[in-house]
Amino acid sequence: MAQLTMIQAITDALKTEMQNDENVLVFGEDVGNNGGVFRATEGLQKEFGEDRVFDTPLAESGIGGLAIGLALQGYRPVAEIQFFGFVFEVMDSISGQMARMRYRSGGTLTSPVTIRSPFGGGVHTPEMHADSLEGLMTSQPGLKVVIPSTPYDAKGLLISAIRDNDPVIFLEHMKLYRSFRQEVPEEEYTIPLGKADVKREGSDLSIITYGAMVQESIKAAEELEKDGHSVEVIDLRTVQPLDIEAIIASVEKTNRAIVVQEAQKQAGIAASVVAEINDRAILSLEAPVLRVTAPDSVFPFSQAEQVWLPNAKDIVETAEKVLNF
Amino acid sequence: MAAKKNQQFDPVETLHAIEEKFEMVQVLNEEGEIVNKDYDPKLSDEQLEELMRRMVYTRILDQRSISLNRQGRLGFYAPTAGQEASQLASHFALEKEDFILPGYRDVPQLIWHGWPLHQAFLFSRGHFKGNQMAEGLNILPPQIIIGAQFIQAAGVALGMQKRKKEAVAVTYTGDGGSSQGDFYEGINFAGAFRAPAIFIVQNNQFAISTPRELQTSAKTIAQKAVSAGIPGVLVDGMDPLAVYAVTRDARERAVKGEGPTLIETMCYRYGPHTMAGDDPTRYRTSDIDSEWEKKDPLVRFRKYMEAKKLWNEEKENEVIEKAKQEIKAAIKEADSTPKQKVSDLLGIMYEEVPFNVQEQLDIYKAKESK
Repeated sequence: MAQLTMIQAITDALKTEMQNDENVLVFGEDVGNNGGVFRATEGLQKEFGEDRVFDTPLAESGIGGLAIGLALQGYRPVAEIQFFGFVFEVMDSISGQMARMRYRSGGTLTSPVTIRSPFGGGVHTPEMHADSLEGLMTSQPGLKVVIPSTPYDAKGLLISAIRDNDPVIFLEHMKLYRSFRQEVPEEEYTIPLGKADVKREGSDLSIITYGAMVQESIKAAEELEKDGHSVEVIDLRTVQPLDIEAIIASVEKTNRAIVVQEAQKQAGIAASVVAEINDRAILSLEAPVLRVTAPDSVFPFSQAEQVWLPNAKDIVETAEKVLNF
Repeated sequence: MAAKKNQQFDPVETLHAIEEKFEMVQVLNEEGEIVNKDYDPKLSDEQLEELMRRMVYTRILDQRSISLNRQGRLGFYAPTAGQEASQLASHFALEKEDFILPGYRDVPQLIWHGWPLHQAFLFSRGHFKGNQMAEGLNILPPQIIIGAQFIQAAGVALGMQKRKKEAVAVTYTGDGGSSQGDFYEGINFAGAFRAPAIFIVQNNQFAISTPRELQTSAKTIAQKAVSAGIPGVLVDGMDPLAVYAVTRDARERAVKGEGPTLIETMCYRYGPHTMAGDDPTRYRTSDIDSEWEKKDPLVRFRKYMEAKKLWNEEKENEVIEKAKQEIKAAIKEADSTPKQKVSDLLGIMYEEVPFNVQEQLDIYKAKESK
């Protein structure tokens, strides 16, 4: 088994599905000859030809519309939005069009489009590159939103996303692209969308999180372990639809929970998770469910981002409040 | 006076020279006379009669739709009278395998492409069954977001090119739509891929109330094609023969692999923007209305057809009667369709209903069974 970074696992997944299904097309800005600005599509044009892997003119809305039209001709488009901060340019195609295709056509048409896009803080980008905008997406019925936290998950989730007959927003945290390697099987495998994963088992507290915060949460859990606390880390992996059953099962076991997200407090998944716990498991709780999030400003210019972004220390502090309640 | 520098290139002169090139194509004048023999598409007598029938039928459909709306028996409706040549003659140049991406005023083209009338009425009433297109019927439901259909048309056309189909994607918007970014992205993408698309802008002079001259400094909308490096044509949109001819030419180029065309049809809507409270007297004078009524597509085509002895009052009345009967039957069929339920819609948000939606689905099913 090969040791792969997340970006390599993503390329591997794209290659696997392009081999499996001739209707899979990969396109976007600079994804052809250049292999993408992060090299996610490295070598694909050479292997599969310009007909299936191609550069588009520089216009995100056009890329979204192109994907919808190609899907109407029976293709399975995998479109790249170069950075997810550019999503505002393509919001109508995503929310107004592909998310509604099945509903609008009374269930007769679909938009089996996968939109891949890098996002996430900690890599000193210019403005509008690093924002966590998944909350915008999860407020749109009809979409699925996937955020992998490891190379292994990235490959299995991306293959599932491409095969899914509904539109999937597949968000790739830039800091995770090359931060660590993991054993990734060469053969194809899928990880079901909508299923969370227990990244670390524990019995005293559940940390429910996703994306780059999974690694921070694991660090925090190891820190808390030193003081004798057994901490469970749940990686949501898909933030729409939420794996409500996994969240509730964990909370019913540990009776205490915190939710960690890189996004601003007002903007995210954490509020939904807290509400689901309140709706379904409030009598299991020994303490209020608290959140660790970024503050409610826009994503900061890069000099301030290390303070702005939540980290393991913030998670430990909040976890202690809940554990000692 | 100092000598002018940079004499080789005069940007203002160049712009004017390009604009002058976009002359309006006309075949049939207001008197129903052929004024441009070279551009006469030379349709057979049967084709001419069929096009006339469709235009008369659609005028009746528009009148009946307006009155059904006023009676509360139809919902959302965007009147079409005045645009018959623009809509139906462009559609007449298409083939069954061509794919139409319409705006919300483009219901007639969908009907003549095969959308059953009762489904168009269900769409108007806000019932999802109107939008369930039969297998092999190459249309999308009317698009509500102005311009979104232009970028999707580029995608459908690129897909047809990749599938090596001898077919085109055809999309419609209005003069207001040509100001959208998606308008430009659509024609530019299709141009860059040389994809078989036809982009039709029905310039009916007003985007709701905003007059054409406030949309752009461009003298014509057709000339916007130049910026995407594709052919553009300005055509008399009240002249069915000219509209047919330019659309047919565009289609031929597209299926030959020569890429997309932008067509601007110069036309007019006699009615309000939609039936939801728009009052055209706030932005148009009766002088403008009557000026355009003189150009009416049905009037001039009728004159032409009568002179060729292909049309008479009897044939006209036959079509009118047929239209009225079919509309009545379609309304009856729409009436007999069971009302849509929230549970119908919750069930089709995803291929597989997620956990949270399933819970809500169960709640609504229980509510609806009471």
